Amino acid sequence: MIELDRAGRSFKVRREVVHAVRDLSFTIAAGEFVGCLGPNGAGKSTTIKMLCGILTPTSGRVRVAGLDPSRRRTTLARRIGVVFGQRTTLWWDLPLRDSFELIRLLYNVDRVAYRSRLDELTETLGLGDFAAKPVRQLSLGQRMRGDLAAALLHAPDVLVLDEPTIGLDVVSKAGIRDFLRRLNSEQGTTVLLTTHDLGDIERLCRRVMLIDHGRLAFDGTLDDLMATAPGRSTIEEVVTRLYTTGRETAR
Amino acid sequence: MVSTYILLAWTWARAAMAYRASFALMAVLGTVLAATDVAVILVIFANTTSLAGFSHDEVLFLYGASNVAFCFCDMFVGNVDRISRHIKAGTFDAMLIRPVSPWIQLATDNFSPTRAGRIAQAAAVLAYALAALDLDARRLWMVPVMIVTGVVIFASLWTLAASVQFVLTDAPEVVNAFTYGSGQLTQYPFSVYARDLVRGVTYALPLAFVNWQPGLYVLGRDDPFGTPSFMRFLGPVAAVGLALPAWLAWRRGIRHYRSTGS
Repeated sequence: MIELDRAGRSFKVRREVVHAVRDLSFTIAAGEFVGCLGPNGAGKSTTIKMLCGILTPTSGRVRVAGLDPSRRRTTLARRIGVVFGQRTTLWWDLPLRDSFELIRLLYNVDRVAYRSRLDELTETLGLGDFAAKPVRQLSLGQRMRGDLAAALLHAPDVLVLDEPTIGLDVVSKAGIRDFLRRLNSEQGTTVLLTTHDLGDIERLCRRVMLIDHGRLAFDGTLDDLMATAPGRSTIEEVVTRLYTTGRETAR
Repeated sequence: MVSTYILLAWTWARAAMAYRASFALMAVLGTVLAATDVAVILVIFANTTSLAGFSHDEVLFLYGASNVAFCFCDMFVGNVDRISRHIKAGTFDAMLIRPVSPWIQLATDNFSPTRAGRIAQAAAVLAYALAALDLDARRLWMVPVMIVTGVVIFASLWTLAASVQFVLTDAPEVVNAFTYGSGQLTQYPFSVYARDLVRGVTYALPLAFVNWQPGLYVLGRDDPFGTPSFMRFLGPVAAVGLALPAWLAWRRGIRHYRSTGS
């Protein structure tokens, strides 16, 4: 479903070339649930943005649902759902309900399919209480649930989330996690998320990737990850060790 | 494409009305400004009978034709030059994940019907001039052609201005000189300008084809600068000649988009 082959993206910053991502290769099969870890500035968001066609890779090959995201961006948009935890993709001044209706029209979602999809999302995400409010008046937790619903209205095969639980309280976090787990297991939607919250990884992800300095530093199951540091008992300790050794080898 | 445009524009217009006081104020202000514009023209022409060899009504005709095209573009396309704000705020990312051209999303962004007053004002001036002038009816077909040509030329300029901002994110004002400046420049008969400037806006940046060259045909006049008469009909060619590089520049800009951190 997602395929990266030696993908790279560099930026020119004051005549110096900075490689945000380099030689990144991985494959995610349909139906997988993958969590992506990495320190700030490691290249996670750049990777996500290459997957949805926002950034054009400067080297290598990227394929999502068989399409080259940067060349077939609008075609891919119909098959992928994207959520940015740090900013909404909804229309600030429109009631949430109107944003959904607009998305239905932009994505050409059939009215009947849309109706049942929206009912289902309203129920599972508990949108009913605030669907009539403009997005700007929503709390962060409500907004996040609205963004999730918006990304799923067109029933995409792949859902890509960049820090979906950032800034949320424990209850909201649990709600989002529960929703994502069910989406993946019941509907078979492929999910790729980036996060700094190790709870997301522990509770959701069968597979973990660790990106550091724009490269893949680890790729495997949670158990594999724990096994990289025998003697350390919590995932925090293991990840801290991986982040700090990554920094040392980079020097 | 058109239906998507209308859908988005309608959505924004509704959103604008969500802030009712602001919307009402904008509508009133827009009407007042449009009225002042007309007043200024009337004051100028109350004191002059001709400008650089063109009569009162002929100048109004050239002014009206350029302004209809310009105000139309300002309302329906002009918002694309707000792209640097969207790039800096990170909201351009959200436009790129939708199955709709980001150009349309930008053009309709914050669309407000309050600017319609200015189009109406420009159209009124043009209509007055057409009625006041004793024109050859066989030449009037050029009027709609020149307005469409003008719209395409201005829209291309705006698109070029937006494309440049993928690189010059920090200097959105620089490009306003080209968009609004072009609008201002074409409000007067080109005979008021120096020969070299007119050459520049004929052969380099084809502003002369917005209203000057086709306007001369409608008015049945020779070009004071002595260009051959077939040039009166080259407007559509010039418009396409500008639209093509604008489209390519826009595509290039998208591919070089750098996004923001996080």
